[in-house]
Amino acid sequence: MTTPLQAGFDATIARHDRIEPRDWMPDGYRRTLIRQIAQHAHSEIIGMQPEGNWISRAPSLRRKAILLAKVQDEAGHGLYLYSACETLGISRDELVELLLAGKQKYSSIFNYPTLSYADVGTIGWLVDGAAICNQVPLCRTSYGPYGRSMIRICKEEPFHQRQGYELLMTMMRGTGEQRAMVQESVDRFWWPSLMMFGPPDDKSPNSEQSMAWGIKRNSNDELRQKFVDMTVPQADALGITLPDPELRWNAERGHHDFGQPDWAELTAVIKGNGPCNTQRLAHRRAAHEDGAWVREAATAFAARQAEVAR
Amino acid sequence: MNDDSVYDGLLGGDSSQWAFGTDFEDPLAGVDTTVPDGVHAAELAGLCLRLGDDALVLSQRLAEWCSRAPELEEDIALANFALDLLGQARLLLARAAAADPSIVPVLPEGSPVPAEDALAFFREAGQFRNVRMAEVPNGDFAHVVVRLLLFSLVRLATLERLTGSPDAVLAAIAAKGVKELTYHRDWAGRWFVTCAQGTDESRRRLLTALDQLWPLYDELFTTDDLRAGTDVVLDQVLAVAGVPRPQLAPLGGAGTHTEALSLMLAEMQVVARAHPMGRW
Repeated sequence: MTTPLQAGFDATIARHDRIEPRDWMPDGYRRTLIRQIAQHAHSEIIGMQPEGNWISRAPSLRRKAILLAKVQDEAGHGLYLYSACETLGISRDELVELLLAGKQKYSSIFNYPTLSYADVGTIGWLVDGAAICNQVPLCRTSYGPYGRSMIRICKEEPFHQRQGYELLMTMMRGTGEQRAMVQESVDRFWWPSLMMFGPPDDKSPNSEQSMAWGIKRNSNDELRQKFVDMTVPQADALGITLPDPELRWNAERGHHDFGQPDWAELTAVIKGNGPCNTQRLAHRRAAHEDGAWVREAATAFAARQAEVAR
Repeated sequence: MNDDSVYDGLLGGDSSQWAFGTDFEDPLAGVDTTVPDGVHAAELAGLCLRLGDDALVLSQRLAEWCSRAPELEEDIALANFALDLLGQARLLLARAAAADPSIVPVLPEGSPVPAEDALAFFREAGQFRNVRMAEVPNGDFAHVVVRLLLFSLVRLATLERLTGSPDAVLAAIAAKGVKELTYHRDWAGRWFVTCAQGTDESRRRLLTALDQLWPLYDELFTTDDLRAGTDVVLDQVLAVAGVPRPQLAPLGGAGTHTEALSLMLAEMQVVARAHPMGRW
């Protein structure tokens, strides 16, 4: 039997209205949101590392400024999302502990290494591009604070994608070595980018409930198709080849046909066996532990100030 | 919001669609860089190079903190300081190159590398004019707090004076820098006091960092008349923090570098030097 609280919640979802922090919500809805928003926040923070790897070696002062500002933005996005998640009754400290304990995930794409400066461009173009595909529909997600964070983030992401595409464009106008760097980088990141949309719909266990709750608005496969359709003309304009022999326009469907990523690889990376899983978590853990004395000092100082004021 | 709107304009259109432009921008575009009468061009270039190198080298150290700070808020703040100093470095190196083109390293014919990048990425460590305070390797968070406090106190006083430079370009760069440095100093001052009065451990770490960096403080002063104003502010911070002024002698070898600079530059310059004809 449906309780009046449940009926109210269901009606809000049916009207495509927002659920707000003080509204009643089913435990499963709350748990799903905490898992998804936390995973998103952790992705922003862990995602600082692969690109951050090249800040010290950026080949021009302008590129160094663009890259540093971009990685700094990711810290900012992490902040918005941790705040949105805190409205569900969990603290940032708890979320960080869950990440470091391996109990919450982050996007698998960040478990791949960045091996040349072209990767900065490719991450902007493909990884941020795929992230935008995932995130724009989330601006209409049913939980208010999450949707509003996404609106803000989606205003900034296109700049990230453009700086990446612009870097690749500029490199393609440079030397033959630079053009080869771009192609090599795209070859490495193409399939992991397609995996960012998650497993195929028939193997995505949580999708159906998330769609019913209005947390998720499009299926994994729909978004993946949209991403491929948008990326192909961009690759042509760039003058690179996407590494998929099955990729071709299908006039009947009005979409591109494309090959399937190696889903066993995605499963392995999610389970912790990607090239950089250990390294990424160790980096975050080291920063967190090295900073413990600073956080303690700030807390002690604030307590002392409060005492003086009393 | 339309699902597709964020992709509009990634292809086609004119270059103004880009967030950061599509070509190398001259950081001094549209600015008259003629050296005014009565100003010695080589001296002006030398001064800009020194200030530019200080900013560039410390920016590089601050950027190393990215993704490593104790809290996200502090990660963002440190990246901000690195970005401010990087912006100052770009303008100052471009000004130095325009004032005296003979200082710019010669690259292969047809290289698209702009002058400020040639100065940043194609000089050897021995040609850098920065102080050692900017280049010594990072330590803990107390180390970056003390380094930023001492560095920004003196740089702020230096730039305040240069807002009256007879060279209008340098005066304008200095005026922009004053606003930025004021914030860097205030942030570092707040954390200095917080560490000094937080816990026993934070105080111990702060005093250790201060002892490490104090011998490099003297080298920041290029003219003695900057000392009085700077000392007033520093003494205020020390008093509030309850930290005695260190009684340590300046480190010998002022005007030279530590072993750390060439290592830092090897990393900073590696991609640029591998592609002297590259476009980025």
